Amino acid sequence: MASSGSVTARSPNGRVDGDGAAATPRRGSLIRRLVSELAGQVERRIPRGDLDERDPDYIRERLPLMWLLASIWFRGEVRGLGNIPDSGPVLLVGNHSGGNMTPDTILFTLAFSTFFGVERRFYQLAHNLVLAMPWLAPLRKFGTVAASPSNASEALDSGAALLVYPGGDYEVHRPSWLRNKVDFGGRKGFIRLAIEKHVPIVPVVSIGGQETALFLTRGEGLARLLWLDRLFRLKVLPISLALPWGVNVGDMLGHIPLPAKLTVETLPAIDLRGEFGPDPDVDEVYDHLTRVMQETLDALASERRLPVLG
Amino acid sequence: MRVAASTTVQAPIEQVWAFVSDPGRVLGFMSGVTRWEVAGERPTGLGARYRILLRIGAAEIGGVIEVVEWQQPYDMAWTSVTGIDQRGRWRLRSLSRDRTKVELRMAYGVAGAGLWGWLAEQVAAPAVARHLRRTLAQLRRMIEQEQLRGSAASRRTATPASSP
Repeated sequence: MASSGSVTARSPNGRVDGDGAAATPRRGSLIRRLVSELAGQVERRIPRGDLDERDPDYIRERLPLMWLLASIWFRGEVRGLGNIPDSGPVLLVGNHSGGNMTPDTILFTLAFSTFFGVERRFYQLAHNLVLAMPWLAPLRKFGTVAASPSNASEALDSGAALLVYPGGDYEVHRPSWLRNKVDFGGRKGFIRLAIEKHVPIVPVVSIGGQETALFLTRGEGLARLLWLDRLFRLKVLPISLALPWGVNVGDMLGHIPLPAKLTVETLPAIDLRGEFGPDPDVDEVYDHLTRVMQETLDALASERRLPVLG
Repeated sequence: MRVAASTTVQAPIEQVWAFVSDPGRVLGFMSGVTRWEVAGERPTGLGARYRILLRIGAAEIGGVIEVVEWQQPYDMAWTSVTGIDQRGRWRLRSLSRDRTKVELRMAYGVAGAGLWGWLAEQVAAPAVARHLRRTLAQLRRMIEQEQLRGSAASRRTATPASSP
């Protein structure tokens, strides 16, 4: 989601001008103003990215609940945390699964916090809308900040480990039959960030999250139709079959995830300048990273016999 | 939550102490432990610090511990400096010249975690107890095998000397 800034920049596409304004200019103008006003309201509700809101004591006291959830409900397994450098800033890049409940993030945050200790600074970038929801405010104490280039830059400058999911809402709501596919949707902003900040990238590959519900479609067309991209920077309006709702449109209120077995594998750190030269090519890094992560995901998938059961 | 396990090892207390107090040997017998690194300037003794990790359930749990009691060759106790709250103790008692009672205790928890903390401690207890029992079984096997190898080596060196 680190690349969400660039995605937003290209999203205004003239569709409103072409469809609405041409037919009824005044009505189109009014709608544009309303949309703009509503988007502004949403933007104002998004808390500023204050890294100091992370509270190690709060995280520490929540570890038992996370451990119970990860160990009993998801039978979680995290491998290779030793691949993360013991200190210093690092960009952790993961594939994202499980809809808005993001069980892979719960498992990885638990594993990182117990492995390195809650004392090590660790931030996660999340979609703006997630942080705008009042009932998700406690996430900020875990170190979750709105996905923006400035927040990401500030986190790395502070020497922290930063977890990003470049695929973001696009990947997390992919249909369940694409569950074993790494799909960042071409978002590469995180690579430019790592190059600029001279930090290594550590790939984090997870499997099982997309089996916690039956995800049917991202609903990209529906999202465009309802202008969700302009209003909330949402490119999708997913439809899934999930507990307790049955048919779940949007997943805004979350859902009860099925107890699918989750496995997360952390791969060796990639030193961008060491491996790709003094001026790394972003596309080359992107292709390498997604290939390595896809190969790992394929290997993890081959270990599983049945969906959910693992 | 406090968990303990004990066993009797067919070896002198000094030999058992040499094993349990050597950070370089810990990974060889401590079940579930994935890391036991010296974290300070002192490798052993009072004030020695180690960074340890123990796999329990979905996570590797640990932190930095410090040795707070060191009574050679009887007691070694540690307490956590960072990470999950924990205290541990090796308690060795000599039953005879070649038999030693070994007890390993561990107390752990997360202060302030409330009901979920209590529940997690209860759920984790069987796994922790299992690790302690395996640790003692592996320790006993390693020490007694070393005893046997030592005895065999002594016999081999003694035999040529006694033959004409």
